[in-house]
Amino acid sequence: MYREKETCITGIGQSAIYRKPTVYPFTLALDACEAAIADAGLTPADIDGVACHPLGSSMVGEGNASASPTDIQKSLDLKLTYYGSGENAAQFSPVLNAIAAITAGYCKHVLVWRAMGERWIPMYSHGFKAAVLPRSVSWKVWLEPFWAPSASNWVGIHASAHMHKYGITREQMSAIPIVQRRNAARNPKAIYREPLTLDQYMDARMVSTPFCLYDCDVPCDGTTAVVISRADLAKDMRQKPVFFEAVGGGAQGNIGDWVSRPDFPDMMMHDAAKMMWSRTDLKPKDVDTAHLYDGFTYLTMFWLEALGFCKEGESGAFIEGGHRISPDGELPLNTNGGQLSEGRMHAFGHLHEAVLQLRGQAGDRQIKDAKVSVSGVGGGGLGGAVLLRAD
Amino acid sequence: MSEAPLMRPLPVITDMNSYFWRSGGEGLRILRCGGCDRYSHPYVGRCPSCGSRDVKPQTVSGRATVVGFTVNHQPWFPHVPVPYVIAYVELEEQSDIRLATNIVNCPVEDVAIGMKVKVVFEKQDDDIYIPLFEPA
Repeated sequence: MYREKETCITGIGQSAIYRKPTVYPFTLALDACEAAIADAGLTPADIDGVACHPLGSSMVGEGNASASPTDIQKSLDLKLTYYGSGENAAQFSPVLNAIAAITAGYCKHVLVWRAMGERWIPMYSHGFKAAVLPRSVSWKVWLEPFWAPSASNWVGIHASAHMHKYGITREQMSAIPIVQRRNAARNPKAIYREPLTLDQYMDARMVSTPFCLYDCDVPCDGTTAVVISRADLAKDMRQKPVFFEAVGGGAQGNIGDWVSRPDFPDMMMHDAAKMMWSRTDLKPKDVDTAHLYDGFTYLTMFWLEALGFCKEGESGAFIEGGHRISPDGELPLNTNGGQLSEGRMHAFGHLHEAVLQLRGQAGDRQIKDAKVSVSGVGGGGLGGAVLLRAD
Repeated sequence: MSEAPLMRPLPVITDMNSYFWRSGGEGLRILRCGGCDRYSHPYVGRCPSCGSRDVKPQTVSGRATVVGFTVNHQPWFPHVPVPYVIAYVELEEQSDIRLATNIVNCPVEDVAIGMKVKVVFEKQDDDIYIPLFEPA
């Protein structure tokens, strides 16, 4: 028995999203966490577990992790029988950890969040402009000494190999940002909501080939939180539960390693997708909406292939023109505009949107009769996938 | 090798990676198993192919093939002129030994997948030699 099926999402909450923040990111994290707990019909006293990616330091204020478990626990006065921050499925690590903790009987309701404060505390501008550059550690020693500090560089290399092998073009890639920008027009929270044209895309400045500005997601400040609960408790709760049908994570390639995978240019997402499908009888054709990581357009394309929505090498043809991935297409993709338009909520914007769709609460963006949604996050040396169902 | 190379984020040197970064610029060193001759990178303490603990650095030819690359245009490092090429290369000795590197001594627009390259070292502080690749 795959025991993620005994758990569900009972609450979701999301702060305001800022491109130019005027609010301290930790405040946004509190907004999201309190909203998620209230959405579930619970109070902080009911929360007996927390899980977060990454753990961050015990000090508030890191841009990429602006609310640590320590700080959230103290502010919400949580009494915990479980907390965890281990890595196993990229940004969905805390989701898989929460599921494991609940099914092990450690706790009943786990608060999970992703707190972004990169605009308040920029990631790159301090260290790399310093007179003495910071030393590189861990797996980054194999990348940063070559002035490759950004995932745009790493994914760009993978994309170049894939494009070369299968003849995929930038015109094909453009369908993802163009369709998602159209979706974002129906998302009041999205940072960019004006239409994007093919000409704008093709004329945009390059960041790291093959990625232009519009292939790269939009750093922002904001937090998304969810409450994950034991499924048997959900029937009496405030919202219709959204169940975990299957999850995937783990590592068939080396953990965190972007460079050395024998089956390059495949990435860890391929492992997560395979594991997820091994834990369910559902198939790609059963999926009503897809919420796939779009830190860069090509990650989304790799996810489409990894999850089996098209064959290897066919993602360019699959998305071409955008018809299949539009809201009225066979696979509505990133209906909230994704990170390319809404902002880099680091996978939890995708998870939040999947839950709204499955609850039927997506407003103008609602996909009719959405019953099954998939979300995948990461790539490279980390990956996680969840398959969600409405009932 | 230029007189004063541009500053790079240098690796923290450990017992697991010093053989690679502190090669003295004499040649590219990769761990190789004395039992089955397989190369491994990054560090292993046991050959993942045959289980032998007899794994030691060995100097390889330094010849490789570009298997993917990106032309970086974003000025992440204000002191580094853009564009520059970041590539993955696979070593001639064993194709699954893959390194990230910069392609140097070559116009950016001439870099291509399948291009044959060879190692050239750039000496940095702390006795670190950065393996870069140029057209072979």
